[in-house]
Amino acid sequence: MYTLEHVSKTYAQSKRRITALQDVSLTIPKGQLVAIQGPTGGGKSTLLQMLGALDRPSIGRVALGEAELSHLPDRRLAGIRAKEIGFVFQGFNLIPTLTALENVETALEPLGVSADERRRRATEALGSVGLGDRGGHVPSELSGGQQQRVAIARALVKEPDVLLADEPTGNLDEQTRDDIMDLLEGLWRDRGLTLIVVTHDSAVAKRAERRLHIRDGAVTER
Amino acid sequence: MFFTYLRRELAGRRRQTAIIAIGMALAIALVMIVNSVSTGVRDAQAAVLESVYGVGTDLTVSQSPTPPAEGEAGGPRFEFGADAGTTTDGSTEISQSRLSAGPGSTTFDEADLASVQGLDGVAAASATLSLTNTTFDGELPDFQQSTQGTDQMPADGEQPAAPPQGGFDGAGGSAFDVDSFTVLGLDPASAAVGPLSAVELADGRGLEASDTGEAVAVLDAGYATTAELAVGDTIDVGGTEFEIVGTVSSTSADAATAANVYLPLDLAQSISGEEGMISSISVQAESADGIDALQAEIEEALPDATVSTQSDLAASVSGSLASASSLISNLGLWVSLAVLVAAFLIAILFTIQGVTRRTREFGTLKAIGWSNGRVVGQVAGESLVQGLIGGAVGLVLGLVGIWAVNLIAPTIGGSSGSDVVAGGPGGREMVMQAGGPGGGFGGAMPSAASSAEVVLQAPVTVSVIAIAIGLAIAGGLVAGAFGGWRAARLRPAEALRSVA
Ligand SMILES: Nc1ncnc2c1ncn2[C@@H]1O[C@H](COP(=O)(O)OP(=O)(O)OP(=O)(O)O)[C@@H](O)[C@H]1O
Ligand SMILES: [Mg+2]
Repeated sequence: MYTLEHVSKTYAQSKRRITALQDVSLTIPKGQLVAIQGPTGGGKSTLLQMLGALDRPSIGRVALGEAELSHLPDRRLAGIRAKEIGFVFQGFNLIPTLTALENVETALEPLGVSADERRRRATEALGSVGLGDRGGHVPSELSGGQQQRVAIARALVKEPDVLLADEPTGNLDEQTRDDIMDLLEGLWRDRGLTLIVVTHDSAVAKRAERRLHIRDGAVTER
Repeated sequence: MFFTYLRRELAGRRRQTAIIAIGMALAIALVMIVNSVSTGVRDAQAAVLESVYGVGTDLTVSQSPTPPAEGEAGGPRFEFGADAGTTTDGSTEISQSRLSAGPGSTTFDEADLASVQGLDGVAAASATLSLTNTTFDGELPDFQQSTQGTDQMPADGEQPAAPPQGGFDGAGGSAFDVDSFTVLGLDPASAAVGPLSAVELADGRGLEASDTGEAVAVLDAGYATTAELAVGDTIDVGGTEFEIVGTVSSTSADAATAANVYLPLDLAQSISGEEGMISSISVQAESADGIDALQAEIEEALPDATVSTQSDLAASVSGSLASASSLISNLGLWVSLAVLVAAFLIAILFTIQGVTRRTREFGTLKAIGWSNGRVVGQVAGESLVQGLIGGAVGLVLGLVGIWAVNLIAPTIGGSSGSDVVAGGPGGREMVMQAGGPGGGFGGAMPSAASSAEVVLQAPVTVSVIAIAIGLAIAGGLVAGAFGGWRAARLRPAEALRSVA
């Protein structure tokens, strides 16, 4: 469960100060599927950074369960990201020189899993997203939808509590978008994940239990 | 994972790997070659010194030359009386061979040897007398012919007096050769120290203790070949016939020995008129640590003497060897340093650029939980391996370069002591001076100091290989440190930066 209290994030950009998040307070219970929508520059990605322990708020408190994400040192945040949080990105963000299987394995690297165990779990995760036969291919040999499936396998192989996705279907065609959303929804249902999806696409947002709208750094429920 | 990722990155980004590795390779190869050649030049200097002063000679005692007094010739004098030579067909043939102290060297009393031998810390000492033998060989016209010509003025209508006859061209000209070779008188009983310690027997035998007082000579093998002399022949030194009992060559390949002809010291002294005189003492110290102290001790005992250590002597090696040495140590050093700095800069810039290009990649790895140290380690590991690849290629390139230098094997000449003395034509004087400060006869003559030709050999030493490996690791680590520093500063949030 996420708890956000009076969270603000400001960026000092040359002379101007940009307020990306403005006094956001909300709670997200464990296992919820949340869609975050809003105009470009509204602060969606910034909110996701707070939830994903990638950055700390300028003011306010962010907690994931017992962990105070807003006040922990970098090393602890990296540990929390490694164990509890899975990420899926708009640009897939696979390592271009590594094969699909090796890309999935990178998620287990910081957990100190043995090489054999790592390979076994990565193969299993690739199978669960329907790419069991594509493990040896590098990203450039895969379609956009297949690459995003590899990225989802990478996010899930560590069995996280939370899955955060920043426009996971933004670079995909409609058919593939629906396939990927079906996959994410299925995983959310099966594994009891907390799934938070940032999206421009109302077709995607419609599938969520809860929809948040963020404009000029201020969050409203829909 | 570390090695898989490393391997995939280096294989997947071949161009960057190749540029960094080639830069490092060129720099490392150049440093190796310069290092090896300068070692070769140092060895060559040592070889020249060895051939001149001998192996195991720690100190050399000599006296610095003083300019000859006014009117005194520095070189040998040839004086022919009115009846000298044999006259046939209006020309006179004269020939004379003189042995004298080499120009530029000063002789001093033999008693100094005993003083040196008596000092503490002297393991052995032996004296040598450095001499030059000059042979004058010539044909002169009958000068009385021209005298007659001037006395009797030809009358009108009469034939002018007959042109002078005789001489080498039959018309009153004269011709002469001046031939010289260097002679070293040494004590046959103590050849272990001094110039003959750095030679090996080419033919016959060396000088032995029983040769004292005997008219026997040992020749430099190279000189014997040019002079067409062999063991069993005789050689005229200062008017005395010496039997050639052996020939010697330098132990350091291709270097000539210290002198052309070696004689027993006592005969060299008596024939040259330098009775009881010597020109240099070779001293072997009991221990290498005691050399400096011994030098001071000898200087105190013999206030007029110049006492040189091997390193002093090394500084006196001149000629193309000296210029090679300074070329290598200056230009070579700077060029290889410049290339090295350039290679390091290229490696650093490309590594930083590579990390910047992979901002999203490293941001993503941090976002999925990779620690800063793990990401930095990956970057540094890549750089280190690129450096090592460059090192391996550079090692091969460097060895090929050194091999090429040895294949060309440039010959460099070096002389130790004072330089070659060149004189202008001295005119048709009957007194001739071969070199020396008093003026000179045409041509160049070697001074008392000896010179040697050495083939430059660039050795592959452990230090050359260690330098290559060390530079490769250093280059990789420096580039890796810069790349790692850049990677450490990347925020994990970079992973979310929207794609262009
Ligand atoms: N690192 C940063 N430095 C300065 N300003 C930033 C930084 N990151 C975000 N911002 C600013 O904060 C505001 C919110 O940005 P954010 O990326 O959260 O928007 P977004 O809703 O994700 O937009 P989009 O739909 O285009 O992705 C924007 O005005 C943006 O310019
Ligand atoms: Mg965004």
